[in-house]
Amino acid sequence: MTDALENLRQTLSAKLGDNLRDARVDREELTVEIALEEFHAACLWLRDDPACRFDMLIDVCGVDYSEYGDGTWEGPRFAVVYHLLSLPHRQRIRLRIFADTELPIVPSVVDVWAAANWFERETFDLYGILFDGHPDLRRILTDYGFVGYPFRKDFPLVGTVEMRYDADQGRVIYEPTRTEERVVVPRIIRSGEEGRYNARNQ
Amino acid sequence: MPEINNFTMNFGPQHPSAHGVLRLVLELDGEVIERADPHIGLLHRATEKLAENKTYLQNLPYMDRLDYVSMMCNEHAYCLAVEKLLGLEVPRRAQYIRTLFDEITRVLNHLLWLGAYALDVGAMSVFLYCFREREDLMDVYEAVSGARMHAAYYRPGGVYRDLPAQMPQYVASPYRDARRLDELNANRQGTVLDFIEDFTRRFPGYVDEYETLLTDNRIWKQRTVGIGVVGSERAVQLGFTGPMLRASGVAWDLRRTQPYAAYADLDFEIPVGSTGDCYDRYLVRVAEMRQSNHIIAQCVNWLRQNPGPVITDDFKVAAPPREEMKGSMEALIHHFKLFSEGMSVPAGEVYTAVEAPKGEFGIYMISDGANKPYRMKIRAPGFSHLAAMDEMAKGHMIADVVAILSTMDIVFGEIDR
Repeated sequence: MTDALENLRQTLSAKLGDNLRDARVDREELTVEIALEEFHAACLWLRDDPACRFDMLIDVCGVDYSEYGDGTWEGPRFAVVYHLLSLPHRQRIRLRIFADTELPIVPSVVDVWAAANWFERETFDLYGILFDGHPDLRRILTDYGFVGYPFRKDFPLVGTVEMRYDADQGRVIYEPTRTEERVVVPRIIRSGEEGRYNARNQ
Repeated sequence: MPEINNFTMNFGPQHPSAHGVLRLVLELDGEVIERADPHIGLLHRATEKLAENKTYLQNLPYMDRLDYVSMMCNEHAYCLAVEKLLGLEVPRRAQYIRTLFDEITRVLNHLLWLGAYALDVGAMSVFLYCFREREDLMDVYEAVSGARMHAAYYRPGGVYRDLPAQMPQYVASPYRDARRLDELNANRQGTVLDFIEDFTRRFPGYVDEYETLLTDNRIWKQRTVGIGVVGSERAVQLGFTGPMLRASGVAWDLRRTQPYAAYADLDFEIPVGSTGDCYDRYLVRVAEMRQSNHIIAQCVNWLRQNPGPVITDDFKVAAPPREEMKGSMEALIHHFKLFSEGMSVPAGEVYTAVEAPKGEFGIYMISDGANKPYRMKIRAPGFSHLAAMDEMAKGHMIADVVAILSTMDIVFGEIDR
């Protein structure tokens, strides 16, 4: 399994050259970072090349790296991660592209895999990442008239508005939320092996 | 001559055939669908965002509430992700128990699907038959976890506890006489495994009953044959997985192609359809129930002969046994740390998928070494299926929309997340 992924990694680096920013096999999974400009062409190639044949798009999701490792992240803030599956070769690959922090915009792959349509809408809805070439980039999961991008790390967990029925006006109204965010278990990063012993310590 | 206009109609969000909260905006030309635009998100609870603010163990019960008719399969994908990040080996017996319950879950899911589908298409009685069998399997869920639906039985590192030695029995009540009580408890005298084995012996007969009602039924065929046809290439292109993909003629099943848990050691077949219409999807799911039954029987057999631990002995991940905590200070500290701070998971990212009853259910997890996931993405099979609604419904009559929607096995818990 790992050998096949290693072969694939070498094929990819031969084909993509400098546009392949990073490719590594970790925990039996191949992760590839591709330059934004060449991404669409690379996807077409990954789908059609006989050595790759990644004919199914499994998943697209956004990632906001701004608080990664408690602020030690130095790369661009937003990434879009694609999971592909090759039915003929029984292989998976993960693609990652980084988008600009101020105006995150990445090429759409709806014309490569039709399944990308809703996944890209979802990523746009939750992270505000724009997909260039998407035929119908509307919000999908959040409420009608929702403001903000809820899965960004700077969006509060309790949200910004709450909704109730107002008897005087005879309709449902939105108000700023009164719920306070409560952290029961703080987030802790244990350095190195501190958090995990190797064996049962008796 | 009267002028005929297209008109737009709302289907749902409050509609018994909308399988939860789907708002479907239909553009109609007479009774023919021109465009179907599903509006989803009415059940959006931001599970993925919540997961970033909870420890790994606290997140587990949220998995039950995603696809709330195949609870344990969701837990399985989550546990696999955490275990892969930790590089943790799961005891063999736990893997068999997981396989057993994955298949019980598949039967539960397909039974609900079949009953609801028949109900949507117009046959009432199948629903009653299906729920009769679901009750037995729900009792098995309850016996091992204490909950009929939201089990939280799988844990990172194994399963919460071993199968109980005694199947719970009905107790006397003013509403049942002694003879009825004996009848109800007749197959509950032994262990849980005995009860499941008894079920596997009865179940093929039950499936025959459903098939008698439906498979050659003329009305059933009129409502399903040739409806919502998706070819094999198009199904792959649209990201279909599970029975939706197999009914279109692609023999892809993660249990066989990328085996996890104990599936590599078990004998089962993968039913495949040919035309990819609603009728094929029905046949594939019914055949899958028979295969699941076969797998359950094999797991029961194995579990009888192979006792052993059911959860890892790494106390950084799973709580130490209760007896040990009474005497050992170390065990007590482990217990306290695990349920207050939680486990720390090494930095990295993994994607793990299981063949859930509806298709490929995957968890993509990024960890930065903290006690909470940095990002967790849930890949729900129904999301891709519903995205194809427009394409599948186009050109069909309005009554077929219900048949197509139902054949996808839609559950909004996983689509809206």
